[in-house]
Amino acid sequence: MNLRRLVLALAAPVGAFAFSVGLSSLVLLAVGTSPMEAWTEMLSYGTRLETFVETGNRATQLYLAGVAVAIGFRMNLFNIGVEGQYVLAALLAAAAGAAVDLPPVLHVALIMAVAMAVGSAFAGVAGYLKVARGVHEVISTIMLNAIALAMVGFLLRSWLLDETDTTLNMKTPEIPPSGRFPQINGIVETFTREIGRGRELWGFLLVAIVVGVLFHVFLNRTRAGYDLRATGINPFAAEASGVDPSATVVRAMLLSGAVAGLIGLPEILGDAHKYDLGFTRGLGFAGIAVALVGRNHPGGVAVAAVLFGWLDSAAPILDVVGDTPREIVSILQGVVVLSAVVAYEVVNRIRRAAEARDAAAASGARAPA
Amino acid sequence: MTSTLRSSLVLRWMLAALGVILALAVVQELARPETTDLVSSGTAESTLRRAVPILLAGLGGIWAERAGVVNIGLEGMMVLGTWFGAWGALEFGPWWGLVIGIAGGAAGGLLHAVATVTFGVDHIISGVAVNIIAPALTRFLSREFFVDRPGGGLTQSPRVESVGSLDVPFLAGGDLFGWTTPDIFHWIEDRSWFLASDVAAVLGGVTRSVSWATLLALALVPASVFILWRTAFGLRVRSSGEHPVAANSLGVSVVRMKFTAVVVSGGLAGFGGAFIAIEQTGIYRENQVQGRGFIGLATVIFGNWQPVGAFLGSLLFGFADALQLRDRTAVHALLLLVGVALAAQAVRAVLQKRNRPAFLLAAASVAVLWWYAVTEEVVSELPPVTPHVATLLVLVFAAGRLRPPAAIGLPYRRGQE
Repeated sequence: MNLRRLVLALAAPVGAFAFSVGLSSLVLLAVGTSPMEAWTEMLSYGTRLETFVETGNRATQLYLAGVAVAIGFRMNLFNIGVEGQYVLAALLAAAAGAAVDLPPVLHVALIMAVAMAVGSAFAGVAGYLKVARGVHEVISTIMLNAIALAMVGFLLRSWLLDETDTTLNMKTPEIPPSGRFPQINGIVETFTREIGRGRELWGFLLVAIVVGVLFHVFLNRTRAGYDLRATGINPFAAEASGVDPSATVVRAMLLSGAVAGLIGLPEILGDAHKYDLGFTRGLGFAGIAVALVGRNHPGGVAVAAVLFGWLDSAAPILDVVGDTPREIVSILQGVVVLSAVVAYEVVNRIRRAAEARDAAAASGARAPA
Repeated sequence: MTSTLRSSLVLRWMLAALGVILALAVVQELARPETTDLVSSGTAESTLRRAVPILLAGLGGIWAERAGVVNIGLEGMMVLGTWFGAWGALEFGPWWGLVIGIAGGAAGGLLHAVATVTFGVDHIISGVAVNIIAPALTRFLSREFFVDRPGGGLTQSPRVESVGSLDVPFLAGGDLFGWTTPDIFHWIEDRSWFLASDVAAVLGGVTRSVSWATLLALALVPASVFILWRTAFGLRVRSSGEHPVAANSLGVSVVRMKFTAVVVSGGLAGFGGAFIAIEQTGIYRENQVQGRGFIGLATVIFGNWQPVGAFLGSLLFGFADALQLRDRTAVHALLLLVGVALAAQAVRAVLQKRNRPAFLLAAASVAVLWWYAVTEEVVSELPPVTPHVATLLVLVFAAGRLRPPAAIGLPYRRGQE
């Protein structure tokens, strides 16, 4: 019984990934390039230490984004607005960090607090609208995304701009060294060799791990987490057994937004030390993909984040070697998402059918007695 | 009986349109010389051109949602439409470009239909997946098909031709059997008669050099109304979105209806995308859809799941878009109109003894008028998000008057009870 569950649980993601690699290979064959060559190049470049460092950095951001999305998804609450929440939060946090002067640890803590508060507040708007006015969160967060990005454009241009900067790159003032997050190359280098090419593993990776552990504890060891999961499985049963649906929605939105606020920080605290036009966007939507592939599970999302992070980090080699377009990796990721959700749905049906059969067999065996 | 009813409806629409033009003309007079572009043939022409893709996305949204399938993949389907439209136009000419763009969008719709209807995947999740796949696919295809062409590249196509346009004879000086007819609207517009010239300017703008594709898109509004509300097929589609189990018990093939509607939805979004590439910009460029699929979704709500409502919404959003690009000061003058309109609504609410809304409307009116008085120009980031703000406001304040299909977003399996 348990073995069957495990096999079914693993069959879906592994099958989806294999299917996606197969389909992408067919696409490559169709345009006349060799898929084997492409995958081998990616594997050999992707197993270098420097690529792993890149993967770690990318996965840190993807994981935070995935968790932000997953918190809502666990109760069938679709926070599509992670994108707007994290970009707005990153801008305001960077500006706040540059505006104050504090002792080292406190400074970073303040920046993180600002980012989480902004993300939380912006997501909270959608939560409030859903609870108070019955506005579906998908529509409100889509609309709020556009509004957040417009606000970012306006704020950066008019109020938060670094006046001393003479280049065309619009940016906020730099955060002083006390407000930066140290790199953790040392930890990796004790086990391996020295990391070359000036690559730095962002220390924020540790924060992401802590967030993951807290997410797990929240889901499985707290009343609020139980309410959230119960609402996701059966909202009517949850409500009947005393879960306050409004409070659960608002709480989930606020938490989701708070984690979303952190998404941009690895980059800002560890590398850029400011918000500028080169800030990485699109992680909110990537987070949706990662959460879906990882089934909104703290560990599953981590696996998905590392997988997607690795694909993103290994893909650039295709530009240098051979004639495979690197965009094949984006296609691969897209297909993984869709085939994974279809596979989960199919497995779900098989499992339910099997359970129904087991239940029927059990009651049938007992019936004559 | 029905014919008098219908003609009085047409009359009401015409009066409403006249009222809008009158209001704009009055504001333009008041705000002179700050702006002269609030009512002009150029603004009208630009409004229509920018409204069409939004309208098509909105119609796409209506088709899918009337069958009970939420389609936030409209954005991705439009992206497919832009790429396939441009590619088709390059290979076979602009008309084929439209056809292939529609097919590209419909393929996205088919994907969404397979995931949601066949496999029962959540509609939002599948839509998100389509939105992730579409830009990845187009980037890949650009690398394969556009990079080696002159003017093409990783993020854009070579320039493409448009399908051509029409000047309506007599009204806007079009040719008739080789004879250039007089341009009546232009003649009236030049007289500077209050209101008459303004009406002529607007009518001239929408009858002069109108793209054939625009006419086709506009025709899809009555066509959608007719098919969805006046045919047996339409009734089946809508009943699949209202109560699929009941529909199925009456012999409707709910699965087939949903499939068809979602594929049509994707085709409409693809048409919208192809229109952007072929008619609006004359080139495929990455990210040129810029969230119009989501704005189309907004018009679905704004228009209460009715094609005519979505059409009005798209005109409003197209107008905001057009003004922003043509004349920023005109947007500022528009604040005056919004302020006065809010004040009028406040008075109406007072007369109906609805105190809370009256207070809110009055406060909003004062705020907008104050804003108009103390600023010279509207923040440039604001006009592009008016659709999003407007949609949120409608959902917050008028949600009671909206009536979405009853079984929207719910999974359906054949034979379920």
